[in-house]
Amino acid sequence: MKSLLTFPKGGVHPPECKAQTQGLGIEIMPVPDELELILGQHIGAPCTATVAKRDEVIEGAVIGEVQKGLGVPLHSPVAGKIKNLATSVHAVRVSAPSITIEVDREAAPVQYQKVDWQQLAGADLLAKIHDAGIIGIGGAGFPTHVKLNPPADSPVDTLVLNGAECEPYITADHRQMLENPGQIVEGAKIILKILGITRCFIGIENNKPDAIREMTKAAEQASGGEYSITIQPLQVKYPQGSEKQLIQAITGRKVPAMALPSAVGVVVQNVTTAKAIYDAVVYGKPLYEKVVTIAGKGIARQANLQVKIGTKVRDIVKYLGGLQPGLAKVVMGGPMMGFAVSSLDVPVTKTTSAVLFLTEDEIDTKPHSQCIRCGWCLDACPMGLEPKEIGIYVEANRAQDTAQFGVFDCFECGSCAYVCPAKRPLVQFIRLAKMKAKRQ
Amino acid sequence: MSIQQASDDQTTAPAHLWKVSVSPHLKSSESVEKIMWTVVACLVPPLILSVFVFGIQTLLITAVSVISCVVVEAVSQKTLGRPVTIKDGSAVLTGLLLAFVIPPGVSPLLPILAAVFAIYIGKHLLGGIGYNFFNPALLGRAFLLASFPVAMTSAWLSPVEGFGIFSYLAGSVDAVSTATPLAVMKEQGMAIFTETFGSGASLYGSFFLGWRPGCIGETSGFLLVLGGLYLIYRGYITWHIPASLLGSIAVLTWIFGGESYFSGDPLLALLSGGAILGAFYMATDYVTSPTTKTAQIIYGIGIGALTVLIRLKGGYPEGICYAILLMNPLSTVLDGWFKPKRFALPAGGAK
Repeated sequence: MKSLLTFPKGGVHPPECKAQTQGLGIEIMPVPDELELILGQHIGAPCTATVAKRDEVIEGAVIGEVQKGLGVPLHSPVAGKIKNLATSVHAVRVSAPSITIEVDREAAPVQYQKVDWQQLAGADLLAKIHDAGIIGIGGAGFPTHVKLNPPADSPVDTLVLNGAECEPYITADHRQMLENPGQIVEGAKIILKILGITRCFIGIENNKPDAIREMTKAAEQASGGEYSITIQPLQVKYPQGSEKQLIQAITGRKVPAMALPSAVGVVVQNVTTAKAIYDAVVYGKPLYEKVVTIAGKGIARQANLQVKIGTKVRDIVKYLGGLQPGLAKVVMGGPMMGFAVSSLDVPVTKTTSAVLFLTEDEIDTKPHSQCIRCGWCLDACPMGLEPKEIGIYVEANRAQDTAQFGVFDCFECGSCAYVCPAKRPLVQFIRLAKMKAKRQ
Repeated sequence: MSIQQASDDQTTAPAHLWKVSVSPHLKSSESVEKIMWTVVACLVPPLILSVFVFGIQTLLITAVSVISCVVVEAVSQKTLGRPVTIKDGSAVLTGLLLAFVIPPGVSPLLPILAAVFAIYIGKHLLGGIGYNFFNPALLGRAFLLASFPVAMTSAWLSPVEGFGIFSYLAGSVDAVSTATPLAVMKEQGMAIFTETFGSGASLYGSFFLGWRPGCIGETSGFLLVLGGLYLIYRGYITWHIPASLLGSIAVLTWIFGGESYFSGDPLLALLSGGAILGAFYMATDYVTSPTTKTAQIIYGIGIGALTVLIRLKGGYPEGICYAILLMNPLSTVLDGWFKPKRFALPAGGAK
């Protein structure tokens, strides 16, 4: 047994709440009658629709492209007819431009042909990844082809695949590692070839021993020859899956503030992104399906559902048997960093990893009080910040003066607010501080 | 902070409100109330013991102190137009600690005045919990010491004989008053001290268990340490302040406390005053102590040094109360000097 690695500073241990879904295999949800595809799924410039109302599209057809700037194309997950170009409810931006597609139920599903990717050059592989619309589907949504093409002045020597899945409730990556370990490892090899390097670590938290076993088996079969792919078990600690924390845990390197992992010679990809890369390169299949963990006491049946991008939460609820009494909060994403929504009309995007239906007893509803300066947030912060000071400044209407506390280092993991005994909304304070403070 | 939105359009939803708020949606089960009431619980065993050491009137003084603190807190918050938060246990804790640092033979009316000063002026006029830069209980004691110097420095009682917990209720307090070990040591010298309290293992033993004159709650080192260790185990306090505070008292007393250098009795210094109560329950008060570990160690050493300075050179036999009060306002300064280490500064070192 290898020693368990983790990041040294900060972190918390929220209840894992994974038992109820980690045993549920990936289940393919029937396609609903219509899908709503948000045009801005990734970080960067949003797509512009390349189709018009009443156009017929086939499964996998490009329906949106980025005209200028950073981004990847958007594909139709189904064969159907463009019903509308309008706006959809969005978890963060309230509403966002989208394409509505009416599903053609008669159309036969597309069959993708396997190709031998070993023959392709790195640039061709990169183009395939861009054309398939692949972005970091662990949550950030950064276009993958950009990440896999690091600047020439920061040579990369290590690939880290993120299988930590440290957010409570979510087990989608866990299921992918159990059910498709070979494809993830193959995806890792594709990335290694693109980067022109040979070393890959796959970090998995120790609460997924079966995934560690399966992935180790797959890695052993694939290793040998030029590539060295190592499974690295990690301690269970939130936020282990944060890019900077994961890199530090596995390689001991620290990514400087406001720099990318390539600054320390590392590229990080989520395990599910590696699977999507495999699909895109080996089968030419664009990214338009997503495994989403549906959990919480507020839904009749919990599941790990494979859905088409654009499936509305309302259709998922209908498929799983409806809501349960006592539902208090619907969260897109994990309970530590996800976004609460007020409507079931929110569509699933490429970065949705979970939809949680939380009841009153699963969430915190206590009002917050004044800071008692216990300093627990300082101990919890993985970035070495002082959340209490930022909160006190914001409350005193001095949010613009918080750059001195390194507020821009904060990636809003929520560890501080999780431990705060006064239940202070520290992440909310920090977001406000980031809006008002000037970058130095 | 949560905005509530109607979900009446949700066809499949039961008709009620969903909460929409910023992440994280999970919070730990710890709360201010839980911390305060746990500390209160840790102070109950020493309180019960004080009844068997000094008699039943310690309960009366403590009850008056706790009740007046709670009442003053409620009235202060009402009059200042703030939410009344007496259920969070912080006023109860202040009342308990206030009673613990006054002599067992004083009039039960004194804590009422101290409560007004501690809670109204010392806490709420400075902004309420979180903004009071002096420890309210010690502020109350300092107020009493300045206002009633005779009572506060002479109303000491010898431990009762056997289980005679009602003995002091009958007689006049003045007739039986004694002196604290530190006062005897300071004013009459070690010879008289040994004559009065004995020496060797039996002296340390009875002092550690609590059978000696002193403030109501400060005498039982054993029960106070036990409660303090429990608070450390629960993660409510860390070892940094108690260890650095007690360590510096021990070392400095050893160096300077004897007839010649390096001949002081460090163990006696820890057991004979309010050092243990101060180290585990007063100096660790969240609001008035620093938050980073380095700052906490320096803060603890500062309190220890000031305590020894007052004990050996100052006008009072015991100095920990003033030592803590003097260090309290330095907490934020120390925090400013010893900031936590950021994960990694931007390349090039600039902000």
